[in-house]
Amino acid sequence: MNILIVGVGGQGTLLTSRVLGKYAELKGFDCKLSEVHGMAQRGGSVVTHVRFGEKVFSPIIWEGSADIILSFEKLEALRAVNFLKKDGIILVNDEEIYPMPVITGKVKYPDGIKESLESVSKNLFFINALELAKKAGSSKAVNVVMIGALAKKMNFDFDTMIKAIELSVPSKFVELNKLALKLGYDA
Amino acid sequence: MKKLLLTNEAIARGAFEAGVRFVSSYPGTPSTEITENIAKYDEIYSEWAPNEKVALETSYGAAVAGARSMACMKHVGLNVAADPLFTAAYTGINGGLVVCVADDPGMHSSQNEQDSRFYARSSHIPMLEPADSQEAKDFTKLAYEISEKYDTPVLLRITTRIAHSQSFVELLDREEVPVKEYVKDVTKYTMMPSSAKLRHVVVEDRENRLKKDCESFDINKEIIKGDELGIICSGAVYQYVEEALPNASIFKIGMVYPMPIESIKAFSKKVKRLIVIEELEPFFENQLKASGIPCEGKNIFSLQGEITVATILEKLKGESINAPIPSPVRPPVMCAGCPHRGVYYILNKLKCVVTADIGCYTLGAQAPLSSVDTVLCMGASVGMSHGFKKVLGEKAENVVAVIGDSTFIHSGITGLINAVYNQSATTLIILDNSTTGMTGHQEHPATGKTIKGTPAPKLDLINLVKACGIEKLDVVDCYDLTNVEKVIKDHLKSEVPSVIIAKRPCELLKKGNKPVCEIDGCKGCLKCLKLGCPALVNDNGKVKIDKTLCVGCKLCMDVCPFGAIKFKEN
Repeated sequence: MNILIVGVGGQGTLLTSRVLGKYAELKGFDCKLSEVHGMAQRGGSVVTHVRFGEKVFSPIIWEGSADIILSFEKLEALRAVNFLKKDGIILVNDEEIYPMPVITGKVKYPDGIKESLESVSKNLFFINALELAKKAGSSKAVNVVMIGALAKKMNFDFDTMIKAIELSVPSKFVELNKLALKLGYDA
Repeated sequence: MKKLLLTNEAIARGAFEAGVRFVSSYPGTPSTEITENIAKYDEIYSEWAPNEKVALETSYGAAVAGARSMACMKHVGLNVAADPLFTAAYTGINGGLVVCVADDPGMHSSQNEQDSRFYARSSHIPMLEPADSQEAKDFTKLAYEISEKYDTPVLLRITTRIAHSQSFVELLDREEVPVKEYVKDVTKYTMMPSSAKLRHVVVEDRENRLKKDCESFDINKEIIKGDELGIICSGAVYQYVEEALPNASIFKIGMVYPMPIESIKAFSKKVKRLIVIEELEPFFENQLKASGIPCEGKNIFSLQGEITVATILEKLKGESINAPIPSPVRPPVMCAGCPHRGVYYILNKLKCVVTADIGCYTLGAQAPLSSVDTVLCMGASVGMSHGFKKVLGEKAENVVAVIGDSTFIHSGITGLINAVYNQSATTLIILDNSTTGMTGHQEHPATGKTIKGTPAPKLDLINLVKACGIEKLDVVDCYDLTNVEKVIKDHLKSEVPSVIIAKRPCELLKKGNKPVCEIDGCKGCLKCLKLGCPALVNDNGKVKIDKTLCVGCKLCMDVCPFGAIKFKEN
């Protein structure tokens, strides 16, 4: 199972990969995660890799091999879509965050991202994760809403995912995140 | 117990289990988390040193005193620490000494992609390279055994993809290793020509022994799967080869220096085609060729950047790599409320030539601030501006050096002393955000806290700068744009070397509710967008403020000519 998580620095992709790693651990799989630290975290594009199965060698997912791309932002889904395997799943948080070259007016935020993604895979799903996260109690729970949606699409075991959340977030945020997970799962 | 661990965390665990007592490091991506995790163990004394040279000298002192010790740094940090490294190879150690160095192929967060393996070769120090978290822990422990058995420092090399990936690790208990007795031995520990000549012989003997012994080290592994193709590799590349070429035989190198040449020679005879796959330089390949082992390598793979499963499939199986869909880049930016922003805005406005340095403020090079001319290495900003001033004289009136607080302490101080001593009217701006920002907020000598968060004496930057001989000195608040501009203009006219300390803690250190700015009646002049603030968004020619990002720094209020932006407490 190759899950490529993409987003913008500060969106909480690190926690996402750690929850999925915990899930793989609880399920008894071999697992590798790869994260981005340092400069890219300052509002740049970030890519984290989650791989689990019988035996995992590379910690990195390569072009054409991701089972699913979990994108926290539309443009980042477009940027990463060449990592998707044939007929893989694209799950996108329906949010646009403008990069600096767009803010300064140097380039335009691309139109037709949906169409471009659709041309790569028909298994394309958008989700309004920000709205659901706010409903759960915090706009910061976008990442856990996305995990919920992912769990549904990939037929992951929901109860184990709940346990993974409980083991990965500070206890005072467990209830909020469990709700966010459920909202994402049911979306 | 098995646990998913970041490789850097696994190295920390390895140090813990190996009975390490002393660790001194300077932060640097991708090595920082090793020492951050070591700081969680009360059994190990740990510290942030002002730079890598001090870190290594200190760890060396602790090792000679008899304790198992460690210093951690990124690849360019090893350049700073190279001086003690080369001579530590001569003296050897007492308690084990391991130097962790993290290379950054692909430059995820670095200014070059040098290959640290050459340090092992030129300093005659053995080097190990793990390929996952479990190996990272095991190799760390093995490094201490090798260090003490052969009386040498040992280098442990990782690369970004290994440092920042997680895999399962079996946790074991700590083995207490007593502090060895220190015995005075001038011929061993006091390096001057008479003794060093004798020690150079020891270095060579040791290396010859290691060259022989490494042939039987089980961290060098032969994995025979067939006779068509044999691959020589180490570290992350080993993992990629297993994915891309499941039928190839592999010689996995765990000790990258010295290399097990004879074992590889035997391996080479078992395969029809032998290819070395290694990132960056042809380090293995050249040694194999020099030993008369015919192989391919850099005729197929690039010297630049990372190797991936996809590049191996492309180069060796002719598979094409899925091309990305062209999309606008998303470079990292200074955070909303970053104290560096206002200073760069003014430097851009005054059309200054800016010699800058390594840290978050390197991002001032990006549009729209676009106010950086040169970035070289840690601490270089001050020296570079002195060089500009000396050569260009009066024409260099608008040259300004910019450095962060942690970087100034790391290696900017000597540059400033030089500018004073050799008399150039250098203007240095110290962007003092009270932390080591880019690597994730580590303490340093001027923050008043140790690595464990306990109180420490606080280095006084004002008195330090004065003691360097600076007479013209001003302290400004980074958010006070009017004053920042006035003071910079004044210093540019100065005929003596001068320093401006632009002070304001990193915005990310603040907790709790933050105020915001609100915009009402934007005229669309877009002047505020020149600040390059991610919270200001161009919405069809009018500016909107993203309230989830805005922290109410008021810079846009100061810049707006129409007073359309208001401040709101939250």
